Amino acid sequence: MSAERVIVANDVRKNYPGGTEGAGLNGFDLQVSAGTVVGLLGPNGAGKTTAVRILSTLLEMDSGEATIAGYDVRRQGKEVRRRIGLVGQYSAVDEILTGRQNLVMFGRLNHLSHVSAVRRAGELLERFSLAAAADQPAAKYSGGMRRRLDLAASLIVAPAVLFVDEPTTGLDPAGRLEVWSGVRDLVGAGTTVLLTTQYLEEADQLADRISMLKEGRVVAEGTPDELKAELGADWLDLELSDPADIPRVLALVGGLADGEVRVESLRVSIPVKDRTRALVEVATSLSEAKIEPEDITLRRPTLDEVFLHLTGAAVPA
Amino acid sequence: MNRLGWALADGWTIARRDLIHWRMQPGNVIFGWFFPVLMLLMFGGLLGGAMERPGGQSYYELLVPGIFALSMLFGLEGTMTAVTTDAAKGVTDRFRSLPMSSTAVVMGRCIADMLDSLVTLIVLAAAGLALGWRWHGTFLEALAAFALLLLLRFALLWVGIFIGLSIKNAQTVATVQVLIWPVGFLSSAFVATSTMPDWLGAIAQWNPISSTATAARSLFDNPDAAAASWIGDHALVAALIWPLLLITVFLPLATTRFRHLSR
Repeated sequence: MSAERVIVANDVRKNYPGGTEGAGLNGFDLQVSAGTVVGLLGPNGAGKTTAVRILSTLLEMDSGEATIAGYDVRRQGKEVRRRIGLVGQYSAVDEILTGRQNLVMFGRLNHLSHVSAVRRAGELLERFSLAAAADQPAAKYSGGMRRRLDLAASLIVAPAVLFVDEPTTGLDPAGRLEVWSGVRDLVGAGTTVLLTTQYLEEADQLADRISMLKEGRVVAEGTPDELKAELGADWLDLELSDPADIPRVLALVGGLADGEVRVESLRVSIPVKDRTRALVEVATSLSEAKIEPEDITLRRPTLDEVFLHLTGAAVPA
Repeated sequence: MNRLGWALADGWTIARRDLIHWRMQPGNVIFGWFFPVLMLLMFGGLLGGAMERPGGQSYYELLVPGIFALSMLFGLEGTMTAVTTDAAKGVTDRFRSLPMSSTAVVMGRCIADMLDSLVTLIVLAAAGLALGWRWHGTFLEALAAFALLLLLRFALLWVGIFIGLSIKNAQTVATVQVLIWPVGFLSSAFVATSTMPDWLGAIAQWNPISSTATAARSLFDNPDAAAASWIGDHALVAALIWPLLLITVFLPLATTRFRHLSR
């Protein structure tokens, strides 16, 4: 085992016979170094949750290999489970129990003594700013608080690897920030985190490296900057005032585009190689055609565009 | 601790979750315990007057053991709901991601539900005694009757876990719950099967609920509601065989289904 690679997946395949239960994996590969945060980014149905469930031993793969901290997820499930924490897509806490009762229960199930479980619950409630609500039923918690309780429950025994499956889906912006700060704290403490998300912003904010998933396979991998650079071109955005101008504009700038021109309501985005020349030429040709755009801007590509470029999927709002 | 020791300890930790539920939301659980009492009052009060019992005997003498058996069947609804809810909310997955034996999760459900049924029987027996029901046999025979009732509950527990793991959402649970009622009513719980049309009576006779009810009545020395038939004459044996048969079929099915959550 390489000491560096905490999560390794080689050609993992999983097929759902009916195809209804979730997206399968078609040769999923992943390598994650210790102490880093990897974002698994992809649209709904790309296989993110399937990957997490297989790596956390909840689901059996059809073929392939995967290890967590050197332990085979198929043959050494119990050893794997000793070293992982799982924050699933739903806040998997008991809603009738208080935050403290939840944590004590999960502590006991991690085979802590009653005294240690109570002490650990207290520490975690403090750390995730839940101390004030510790003795209220989890049903009364806000979405963000519940996710933090969920995070706390998966950290009772400091795991080597933490899986966080779409941690902020369905949370309001405040709840999202709360969860992000929780995840950042973990990273500070040296935990390796595999985070799945459909939100590019989230991956950009939290992940050291991003693997983009499409139809059960990783289609791109790298740091957020590398991925942005991979798309190469800068973008020239034209804000038009009249939708009737769009066809004429497209005809005029078509020759300059280094890739596919995109139109989104009144905005025409043109991928360009030579920034200045493109700007001058577009401005000139528009002026000759007597089209006055509201605005012309040049910018670097966003992760959204990388995402779209690589997955061909619509970016979730 | 060895494997079994840990499985028991973890099972108890999970069962304690339900006990905390009782404390945190006493309304729900108390309603659950008193619902069979409500049935007892409803059927006893509404229909009791119309029931002609030999020698002016109280209808409760016949009804109470029937409701005992019925409440064991209805306990199934709680098991199913709990299992489906935990699976849907990801709680089951969280348990499965912990380094404990998967037996513990099922065992926790089992311990909690058996405790719940025990309280149900105690409450119901107290209500029955207050309404004039008595056992006329020995105390040991009465204990044996309660043991048979709990055996039926234990058997149905596995049916409940199996169904609970097989269905995915709460709406389906509600549908299955409605289907449980005719299963309970088509038995000798309320009336002697001899009063039913022959074919219906025969089906009701062979209902496991009837076997346990008849066996309990005979152990309590309460009036018999079984028509003369092989299964009616061998109610004690049937009250053992039916649950054992259900366990033989559904315990492996339920545990396999639990393991196959990873498929």
